[in-house]
Amino acid sequence: MLGAEHTEASTRLARTPQALLKCEGLEKSFAGKRVVKSVSFEIYPGECLGVIGPNGAGKTTTLKMLLGLLSPDQGLITAFGGQMPGDALMIKSHLGVVSQFDTLDPDFSCVENLLVFGRYFGLPKETLKSRIPTLLEFAALTNKGQDKPQALSGGMKRRLSLARALINDPQLLVLDEPTTGLDPQARHLMWERLQQLVQRGKSILLTTHFMDEAERLCDRLVVLDQGEIIALGSPKALIAEHLEAHVVEAYGMALGESELQRLHPYAERVEKSGETVFFYANDVTALLQALQDYARLRIVHRPANLEDLFLKLTGRQMREGS
Amino acid sequence: MMRFWPVFMRNFLVWRKLAIPSLLGNIAEPLMWLAAFGYGLGSLVGHIQTPTGAVPYLNFVASGYICMSAMNAASFEALYSVFSRMSVQRTWDGILNAPILLKDIVLAEMLWAAFKAIFSVSAIFGVMALMGLLGQAHVLLAWCVLLLAAVMFSAIALIFNALAQGYDFFTYYFTLFLTPMMFLSGVFFPRQQLPPWMQSVAQWLPLSLVIDVFRPLFLGQRPERAGWSLLAIVGYTAVAYAVALRLTLRRFKSG
Repeated sequence: MLGAEHTEASTRLARTPQALLKCEGLEKSFAGKRVVKSVSFEIYPGECLGVIGPNGAGKTTTLKMLLGLLSPDQGLITAFGGQMPGDALMIKSHLGVVSQFDTLDPDFSCVENLLVFGRYFGLPKETLKSRIPTLLEFAALTNKGQDKPQALSGGMKRRLSLARALINDPQLLVLDEPTTGLDPQARHLMWERLQQLVQRGKSILLTTHFMDEAERLCDRLVVLDQGEIIALGSPKALIAEHLEAHVVEAYGMALGESELQRLHPYAERVEKSGETVFFYANDVTALLQALQDYARLRIVHRPANLEDLFLKLTGRQMREGS
Repeated sequence: MMRFWPVFMRNFLVWRKLAIPSLLGNIAEPLMWLAAFGYGLGSLVGHIQTPTGAVPYLNFVASGYICMSAMNAASFEALYSVFSRMSVQRTWDGILNAPILLKDIVLAEMLWAAFKAIFSVSAIFGVMALMGLLGQAHVLLAWCVLLLAAVMFSAIALIFNALAQGYDFFTYYFTLFLTPMMFLSGVFFPRQQLPPWMQSVAQWLPLSLVIDVFRPLFLGQRPERAGWSLLAIVGYTAVAYAVALRLTLRRFKSG
């Protein structure tokens, strides 16, 4: 399933090499602290690009610069044939933005929220009147049109924010942690909608803390840590490049130093985090055999995923604000 | 250029939902004030000597009261309500994701706060007309003076909005700036009652400038030095708006 999507995405990319949005050498410091260091990447039409990284990695600052809300100390942002911040108004007319925090108008119903937001784009009333029912349907909010945001669940609010971001029929959507705080049902519905949008040819730039979300939605990933890009590529390629194919997690009893030394040769890499030991290996047959000697040990064997990659690249220690 | 308009209309749409109940307050409050100060205090004071003749205290205080109302209404909106939209509800953050600039929002909020003040002033005018207080008044000219005043007080309040970390901050603005100004500007008594040194300072207070032009118009007289007062009002407005805009831009660029 994922593989098919990736092929599709690469064909789309091959057809249209012109980037929608491009940033080069972005730099930003706050009070002498460099929070974004020479960040460069681009988003192509029809692509879903994910920006991942621990708290304080510079994701939101980078996004704010792309949206013209902050000016970079250095670097260039070009999009839709213009340049930030000089052409901010033109660029923003092609963008749809869902910020991390809810900015819906509490005094307005869902329909009014969409209507008022559409006016900010200078859209005529007739256009808005015809677009709003379609957008409410897309957001699965058709029956909630007259309700105010307070009456909506977290998932509904986020979908209303997404519908609002689509009011100007943007080419590029910028989503800052679109599913943070949602329950699994709401997350899956959001993912489904975002995939639909990509299939319709929209491009998406999103930040996320959820590696399953990044793996599922994104064609390419930018991994940020301490303000720098430390990896860039498709999830599959990044995993293949940086990780062994298999992971065996062992927990349930504390494995001592001598046991670890005995088991180490069976795996390419061994990591201990709390009581759990992670074995990374390309071939795990011998390792699984050896682990059978420890009856009380509980074992999970799975393919390496993006979370492993993320932890390998950015480390297991907690970050500020975590 | 017209990008401020949809932001202004957004506020208008919210207000329209609550306009009727708020109109009641706009009518009830001046009635109480004028009853207490005009009929109550007025019956003790009788007539007041103004530079252009003696007037009943009720008319005198009514003209001061309406200027004070314009000031308070504009200030309340440009402080508490604007701060809610800017910081608490994050309405501005949402708007900034559309092709609208921060300076458009600040302009819209200034004009909106002025509009709201003018609405409540108009309601008070209505009450006063029913009370028969507008007999001699140059109503339209007087109304225009209050429009300028409302814009000025909105612009000044937006400076403090840009500096605020929370609603508590605005209490200082009211108790340290607006309340003293209310007593020094000649709302309740002529400024001539103040010691001379205080008069020379007080005459430059924003509310004094407004009252100096508004009161004669309200009483059906011709204001003295109206040109200079109006010029000062426009000047204060321009400076306050420029400062408010600068501080607001700084607030948004640093976060």
